Formats: sequence, C-alpha cells, structure tokens
Amino acid sequence: MAAPTMVTLTVNGEPVSRAVEPRLTLADFLRDALGLKGTHVGCEHGVCGACTLRLDGVMVRGCLTLAVQCEGAAVETIEGVTESGALKDLQEEFVARNALQCGYCTPGMLMSAAELLDRRPVPSRAEIREHLSGNYCRCTGYQSIVDAVETTARKRAGAGR
Amino acid sequence: MTDGSGMSAFDKPNSYIGRSVPRPNAKRLAQGRGTYVDDIELPRMLHLAFCRSPYAHAEIVSVDKSAAAALPGVVRVVTMEDLKDHCSPWVGVLDHLKGIKSAPQWPLANGKVFFQGEPVAAVVATSRAIAEDAVDLVEIDYKELAPVTDMETALDADTPVIHPELGDNLCFERRIDAGDVDGAFAEAAVVVEETFHFNRHTGVTLEPRSILCDYNPADETLTLYMSVQCPHMSKNLYARHLGLNEDRVRVICKDVGGSFGIKIHTYSDEMTAGALAVMLGRPVKFVADRLESFVTDIHARDHRVTARMAFDAEGAVTAIDIDDLTGIGPYSVYPRSSGIELNQVANLTGGPYRHRNYRVRARAVFQNKGMMCQYRGVGHPIAVAVGEALIDKGAAALGLDPAEVRRRSFIPDDAYPYTSPSGAIYERQSHHQSLDKLLGLMDYDALREEQHRLRAKGIYRGIGFASLIEVTNPSPAFYGIGGARIASQDGCTIRLDPTGGLTCATGVTEQGQGTEGIIAQIAATAVGVAPGQVRVITGDTDVVPYGGGTWASRGAGIGGEAALQAGKELRRNILTVAGAILQCTPVSLDIRDGIIVDAEGGGERMPLAELGRLVYFRGDTLPDGLQPELVATKHYTSRSYPFAFTNAAHACLAEVDVETGLVKLLNYWVVEDCGTVINPLLVAEQTRGGVVQGLGAVLYEECLYSSEGQMINGSLADYLVPMAGEMPDIVVDHVTTPTETSELGAKGVGEAGTAGAPGAVMNAINDALGPFAVRLSHMPFTPDKILRALDKT
Repeated sequence: MAAPTMVTLTVNGEPVSRAVEPRLTLADFLRDALGLKGTHVGCEHGVCGACTLRLDGVMVRGCLTLAVQCEGAAVETIEGVTESGALKDLQEEFVARNALQCGYCTPGMLMSAAELLDRRPVPSRAEIREHLSGNYCRCTGYQSIVDAVETTARKRAGAGR
Repeated sequence: MTDGSGMSAFDKPNSYIGRSVPRPNAKRLAQGRGTYVDDIELPRMLHLAFCRSPYAHAEIVSVDKSAAAALPGVVRVVTMEDLKDHCSPWVGVLDHLKGIKSAPQWPLANGKVFFQGEPVAAVVATSRAIAEDAVDLVEIDYKELAPVTDMETALDADTPVIHPELGDNLCFERRIDAGDVDGAFAEAAVVVEETFHFNRHTGVTLEPRSILCDYNPADETLTLYMSVQCPHMSKNLYARHLGLNEDRVRVICKDVGGSFGIKIHTYSDEMTAGALAVMLGRPVKFVADRLESFVTDIHARDHRVTARMAFDAEGAVTAIDIDDLTGIGPYSVYPRSSGIELNQVANLTGGPYRHRNYRVRARAVFQNKGMMCQYRGVGHPIAVAVGEALIDKGAAALGLDPAEVRRRSFIPDDAYPYTSPSGAIYERQSHHQSLDKLLGLMDYDALREEQHRLRAKGIYRGIGFASLIEVTNPSPAFYGIGGARIASQDGCTIRLDPTGGLTCATGVTEQGQGTEGIIAQIAATAVGVAPGQVRVITGDTDVVPYGGGTWASRGAGIGGEAALQAGKELRRNILTVAGAILQCTPVSLDIRDGIIVDAEGGGERMPLAELGRLVYFRGDTLPDGLQPELVATKHYTSRSYPFAFTNAAHACLAEVDVETGLVKLLNYWVVEDCGTVINPLLVAEQTRGGVVQGLGAVLYEECLYSSEGQMINGSLADYLVPMAGEMPDIVVDHVTTPTETSELGAKGVGEAGTAGAPGAVMNAINDALGPFAVRLSHMPFTPDKILRALDKT
C-alpha cells in the first residue's frame, strides 16, 4: 500500500484538498471522503454507468478514475448539477414520466443524458437509446427514460435553448 | 369493484385511484438524495470482507489467520469455529412441500465448501480496502472434492452425494397425475413434444446486497439497516439465528436499489455481519461487490423440461405431460426453500387452457453451483414458455393460426371460478378479451401479411404469442402453512395530523415500484385529501404495522386493501367528530380535498386542519363525552382464495438475421389484466421493466459454469444484461377484471412482464425460422445457437 498523496481539486465548484491513497477511486473519494453519496457504485469495473460524473466537462466513470488523477481538475456530481439547476428540466421530466424506479442508476443516467443533450440538441429515439447503452437500468425497461430525454430535448428546442 | 358499466367505482371526482400521479419519492431519487445502505455511516463502524472458496466442492484442511490478523486496521478475523457460539445454522425446508430436504447451512463454511464463492473466513477492519488486503493474507488449504455440476446426472448411482447424511442429491420432487393422461394422448388428433432448456441467470440488482448491523450491548438491541423486501421476516430470522430477543431487533429499510426477489433470502455473508456486530459490539457493514454478487446472489431457473401436449381434431388442448428437472445448488435456500419454483412450474403450465388431463414429474436436485431460488416470476417464465411453445407447435401441426388455437383452448369466460387440474382456483380471467385486444393493438393480420411479403426478400420476421396467468396476493398457503414466519397479511395505520395532512405507515415495502405512491393515492382517496397531503412511511419494523413486505406481486393487492380500509375507518372517525362539532349527522358530511363539506351541495363546513386543531389542542371545546380517535389501523389478508391470478397476453415481433444469427426485437405488446389499476403510469413501466428482464433471460443473460463448477462469466463485462439500445418500445394496454375478494380489486402486476417475455420471444424466433424447418428451445437464444441451428457455423 503506497503512502497517501495530497490532491487538490474543485468539486461542484468548491476547492478540496485531501491526502488520498493512490488506489482510491474518484467514486469512493467523493462518497467516503466528501460525503457525496449521490454517485453510486454498481460494478466497480466501468460497465454499469451508475458512477458516471463529469471531470473537466467530460463524462467519466468514477470507478475507473483514481482520485490522484484529479489534481487541479474540476469534478461535477449529481449534487452539483442539482444545486446549479443545470439539469432541472431533465430531472423534472424524469419524475413526470416515472423514468426511474429504484433510483440507483438515475444520477449516472442523468449525467449521461445531459451529455447527449449538450452534444445533440434534438436526438432521435434511436440515438438516445444508443447513447444511454452504457448506463444499465434494471427496473424501468428504458422506455420512460427515452421518453423523458426526448421530451426534454423537444422542450429545450421549443424554448430556443 | 365495478359498477354496471365495467368502470371502476373509484373512477369518480375526488378519487386518485386510476390516476397517473407522480411518485412522491421520485424527486428525491432524481436528485441523488436517496439513502441506500452503503450511504449510511455510523460511529466506530467497521467493514467486512470475505475469503471465498475458489472451489465448487472441497474440504478445508487448514486456515492460517495470523498474517491477516496482524495487518494494521484489522480488528478480527474469524472462521466458523469462532462464530459457533454466536449463530445457529438454518435449513431451507417448508413443511407443506412434502419430502423436501436440505442440509444445515452455516454462515461460514463448516469444514467443507459446497459452491464457488462460499464464504470461508471473514475479516473485519476499519475500511473495506484494508479488509480486502487482509483477505489476501488469510492462507487456506483446501482438498478438492469431485464437484457435482450436471443436474442430469446428479441422481445417478455413481454420482457423489453432496451431503451424505441426506442419502441422495434429490432435494424435492412433486408429482401430479390428474384425469386420464395416457387415454387423452392415445385418442389425440395431434401430439407435439419438445425438450426445453432454461438458462440459469440472476437478478443483477444495480445496488448490490448490503447490510449494516448495529448492536448495542447495553440494551441488547440489534438495529439492521438492510436492503430487503421483507423487513419483518428479516427481524425474525436474525433474532432466531443470532440468539437475540426478537422484540429487540429492528430492521430499517430505506431506499432499495432494485431487488426482484434477490433480496428476500438468507445470505450467509449478511448473517455473518450480524454475528460479528453482536460479538464486537460495534457497527459492521457489508456491501457485496459485483464479483461477489454474481457467485453468491441467488440464481434462478436452470431447468430442463421435456413436455408433450395433446390436441383434439378441433384444435383444442386435451392433455399435458411434463417432466421438469432443476438444479438448485448445494442447499435449498432459507426460509422460502428452493422447491417453490418447480412447484410453480407444476401448478401453472398450460394454466390458461381448459384441458383436464395433466401429469407432472418435477425434481429439484443438489449440485455444486450457486444457489437457486425465487427471482422475479418464480417458475412462471418456464411454465409459460413450455405451454405456449407447445401451443404454437400444435397450431402448426393442425394447420391453424396460433391465435386461433389459443381461442379454441382457453377456459371459457363463463366457466369461472375454475379449478385447474393442478388444483389452482381461478376467480376470473379474461384470456379471450385480452387476446382480442392484443390482436387489435398489433394489427395482427397486417403483420402476418408483411411477414409473408418480406420472406420473399430474404427477411425473416416472426410473431410470437404468450398468454399467461400469474399467481399474486398469496394467502398463508404460500409460506405460513409450511412453518415459515413470513406474514401473508399486511397492515396500514393512518393518522390525521393537526395540519390536516395524513401520516400513513404500511407494512409493504418500496423497492422503486411505487409502493409509497400508490399507498398515498389510496389513502388520499379513502379519506378525501390530495395525495400530496399524505406522507407514507415504509420499511421500519419499529414503526410500521407487522406485515410481509413486497413480493409475489402483493404490494397493491394486500397492502393497498389495508390502506383503503384504514382510510375508510379514519374517514368515519373524522366524520363522527365533525358531526359532533357541527351538530349534524356524520352521513350528511363528506370530505373533499381536505375540507369537510355538506354531502349534498358540497358547501364548505370545516377544513381538516381546523378539526385537527380543535381535537389536538382544544379538546376543552369539544362536545361532552366525545373522545376523538384520529388514527386508524386495518389489516388485510386474502381469505376467500389461496391466491389471486392475473392474466395477460403478450406478443413479440422479432427479426432474425439468418446470416449473423442476431435477433432484433422490432415491437412488443402487452395486454395486462391486473384488476384495478391504481396508477397507470407506474403499472406501464413496471410491466415494461418486467418484460425487459424477461427479454434479458431469453436473449442474453446466463450464468455460465465450467464442468468444475466455476462460474466463468461472473462480471458485468461478461454477463450481458439488456441495454437501452437493443430494447424495443413496448406497448402496454389493459383489460380490467378486478378481484372481488377485496374492495380495491387490485391483483398485482410486478412479475407478469417477466413471466411472458421468454415464451413470446421463443415463439417469435421459431416463427421467423419456420421456412428453415428448425426450432430453438435452449435459452438464451444467442447468435451462435441460431447459426448452429441453421447449420451455418
């Protein structure tokens, strides 16, 4: 076990410095060191997508990223995007469409869907399904999630956003 | 409950039953503000990791804990010897499953290991990472024993007996022989036969199994934060096996990240966490990682079924004869047993049809693989797929359309209540209506025409049907009569608060299906407030009425009826108080949208908040002799029938690429009759989620084992689950036949999707491949199997 290393980064806009073991994943760092429990850990090998978050504006798997890699980086989690209101419309549409059941995949699903909507403002249903294929949901059957993302995209386009 | 028009009596103003209102807990979860077990941290909390057997069958020769125990941060390393004074073993049998047997199962291996992944030693440390480091330092010497993995040879005389004290590897056998099966087959116009293989697969709850055990030695209380479907059952089991006073065990179940039947069983690693918390007097947390989940979560299915079906010249089913063999791992799972799945196969195969001649031999055998037990659908996917495949095969032999053969064989609408040859009693089903509605939804004739047109272009599409029945709302006949302390009744307590809002505590639990939402809708409707005025509490055995929890699609049917009756009682109590205060008769008053009004005319008399203020704070102003009771509790258990039965008709349109073997799901339709629909939005997505789990089973998911009993695809990178990109949109519609056994009339909907999908897809694939005269019956239908069937590998 290697000695802890200092790492300094911003998480949801707040500066954070901590000594971390080199083996500590970003997901565990956020959950255990910072108490940000909205990032969920589903497989710890980069497949299920439950720990999806934003690192310097890019989607990453929190379980495949080490905390020590994040020196100087800006991390955004579900807590951050909720407080900033950046995904408010998408979150509201998820609730309205019942696009979540147990809620375990939902933070990661929302982060992935947000990335798609940033990249392609009005994606087709097939594009939505394709993009979300790195985020497993065991409860819903996916259709309501696709509905929620599609409706959000249309509403944003209608609002000229 | 219906009026003459067939409409639900709840379909009226001021009713929230049948309305698509959002769930109250969804907003919290959509903001990442849920509380799953691993989110909870307690002072002085320790973490647990396990040394697990790399072998499927071995003797433990020696365990050296010294290096692990010396690692800084390690608090305790234990084997079964250390736990024996703190935990008793369990045996997964039920009295009413005659002849079922199993061996005692201990929390840690007791001298021998019987499956890969069985916990052998446990390490408690200040962090999970340190505990895992120490696991690597525990030295265990094993002497390998011959593994028994093939269920087909498990009962052979020269196969080793896994538990010698049991005498053989047979766990349970069920036989049925009703009517004159041999006579019916002898007289049949058409007989079809096939052997089916149902792949072993598992639940893959996205939140793995998790438990946090907090023992307080001062008052001898054990608080268990669990991710389960059945808090009161868990309370009983942990008390019993840890030797504690059951009244001092509390189970708290906050958010549950998926369950599907996985989190309803006794797991040895979780019981070890409980024992260690008691031994150490400190909180102990165990969260399975994904690799542990694959080898230790219960698996499901793993059946080989050989079946034949007889038809008369008119195309009606006259007899069914099935032989089911299932491999259940080394133990029958406690406390529900591993005999229930085959029991359901025996009870339900051919369930929608009128035949009177039925023979079953069903056997569960032990093997050195992961344990098999009840997972979403429990036997139904097998019973449905077998029956529906034989119906299709019979239709082809008879030269009739598959939909027509179903129509000719369904139990007639006027034959209910109906007792099946397996002894199941159906109150009322709607097979004809459901199939007719399905055919209309999918535009069946047009699809058949398109299918034939496309075949000429080398495009092979198939249409597959599955009509099904689903057991729901079990009475004590399921577990209680077998000696298991699993409640079939459930209760609900509703309190009017001084604000005019309701606080509602229910014994049924929330795993994401929307239990809290529908209980709020029912309570709101029964009392006369808006659902937003109702707060629902679930999953805390210190707080909620005693009940079974949410499984067997019972949440709405049992828990919902208790909520309805509690709400009606509270409403009566409120109106009694209001009548006394307002000096009028209670029947002249009504409660609408949180306001007491005149029943005639609707004129406002008093808000509930004002009544609450008077009762709780100004009792001095109430009429003499009035003792208001603004809390009501009601319980409900199904009495008139042992079970409710829902029914559904599924259809799948699939395209098989005969060059690559890939199956593309083009469309899927479900007409579901779950009785009264409380929230169409929730029911639709529950149904779709169920269908998608069934689609995973039939196309992708399989726990693959080597002949040595090693699971060879036990990671999420290797085990395939359905992804958004490969799933179709799914059309869901309803026929509504409420059960008359309850006022609410809800039958339950959690599992029917999973029950129907494998059979519908199997039939669609075989229909698509009709021109090639090949059939597939060995799930999952991977491209490799399809190409081999087509002789293209």
